[in-house]
Amino acid sequence: MCTATFDLPSTKNRLNSDTMQDTDAAIDSEACFKLKGNRVTMTILELYRYDYKSFNDALSATVSNAPDFFQQTPVILSLEKCTEQSFIDFIELGELCREYGMVPVAVRGGNEEQILAANVAGLPKLPAATSGNKVTESTETTITVRGIKVAESANKIITTPIRSGQQVYAEGGDLVVIAPVSAGAEILADGNIHVYGPLRGRALAGVKGDTDARIFCQSLEAELISIAGSYKVSEDLRGELWQQAVKASLEGDQLKISPL
Amino acid sequence: MAEIIVVTSGKGGVGKTTTSAAIGTGLAMLGHKTVIVDFDVGLRNLDLIMGCERRVVYDFVNVINGEANLNQALIKDKRVDNLSILPASQTRDKDALTQEGVQKVLDELKKTHDYIVCDSPAGIEKGAMMAMYFADKAVVVTNPEVSSVRDSDRILGILQSKTMRAEKGEAPIQEHLLLTRYNPERVDRGEMLGVKDVEDILSIPLLGVIPESKSVLSASNQGQPVILDIESDAGQAYSDAVRRLLGENVEHRFLMAAKKGLLSRMFGGR
Repeated sequence: MCTATFDLPSTKNRLNSDTMQDTDAAIDSEACFKLKGNRVTMTILELYRYDYKSFNDALSATVSNAPDFFQQTPVILSLEKCTEQSFIDFIELGELCREYGMVPVAVRGGNEEQILAANVAGLPKLPAATSGNKVTESTETTITVRGIKVAESANKIITTPIRSGQQVYAEGGDLVVIAPVSAGAEILADGNIHVYGPLRGRALAGVKGDTDARIFCQSLEAELISIAGSYKVSEDLRGELWQQAVKASLEGDQLKISPL
Repeated sequence: MAEIIVVTSGKGGVGKTTTSAAIGTGLAMLGHKTVIVDFDVGLRNLDLIMGCERRVVYDFVNVINGEANLNQALIKDKRVDNLSILPASQTRDKDALTQEGVQKVLDELKKTHDYIVCDSPAGIEKGAMMAMYFADKAVVVTNPEVSSVRDSDRILGILQSKTMRAEKGEAPIQEHLLLTRYNPERVDRGEMLGVKDVEDILSIPLLGVIPESKSVLSASNQGQPVILDIESDAGQAYSDAVRRLLGENVEHRFLMAAKKGLLSRMFGGR
């Protein structure tokens, strides 16, 4: 306990100067650095619970869906929905993340024990975004964090058929396709996916981890559908909802498909 | 203004060259000055199907390289006026086709012809890309089976994104679906995809359905475009397709299995 508290400030300082380095453009000959505020868009990894195996599996599935999206990607670990687990091995978790190209830089939310453990692992705490905390409203970091989902929303609407071999990605927003999506085509979105036509290819919504993302289509004939890394392949989809209008969403980590 | 029509498919062996020969010949028979260009450098077949393999002196690649002029390389068809063939080289490979070279030859052909039919090689490599790059219309030849349909779908995606019209943002290439080797009896038995299934997957307008027919094979072997065999159902189906390509409204034929009479059933005739 004692060591932990003692360690805290130094850890924090190191991290701060690290993050500031990029934006530092000081030309002052005397000072060797200058602190500046800046906004950056970051991915949030919302943790529900942690154990090595399931985290590893889920991460590997998410990353394999979109390998190019995670390369030295800084992420903030949100602990707001992880209230039941008191001990989390953040050092192990951090190593796992880095293995897949994500670099945890801070934690958000969480109880005291969790925050302490995070600090020991070199992860500072950011003010919670949705806790109604008055202080958070005014700090710049929070604005940054809050801005993630709305600031760069860029929805995409496609009106021509998406053919085998084609790939369409709506980065930072929803993808709406008003045409068939052929087998062998791949459509991806950070947000939701709507297909007003038969969906015969692969559809991946919430590819950056948005578990609230959904998929809607007029006729389910897909090779694969995935939301935030939880997926089902054609073989699992060929039930009574096959070739029906459906919506898909996540319930826990289960992909749930129901008629529209 | 001359029109460039590419006959393409992605998959090999579905009937691109047969279709190129038939459509080119059909257009010429209707009085349009037509040239069929073989883009399958290294595996040239068009001259065989057209029965002019013994008259090939210079070829497409020779013209591109400036080793011969167009008039020396073009082979006039002996059966149909207004029709000529530009054969591919058998000794070179597809890299001999450069975009500038192809454009130069096509531009020159455009001055003296109404229709330029480009017979594309299979695949999605250079030869196929060059055949489609300058096209105004595309005839996508598809067999009623899943792998052929998938490959056609891929080709349609490329037609929309990697051709001159797409790159320049002009009106997209007009796409036409030609279903070949269609056997209504096998469709009824569930062994083959039906017209509706294929149309549904590819969602482009149907130019024609060519029934599976022995006359296609024997015509190829005789070096005779099958469209000249006006007795055969395949020949008639191609004639219909050519008229549709020119904008005529012709009803589709040969979509249903013929009812077998008692006699043919007894003697097992087809």
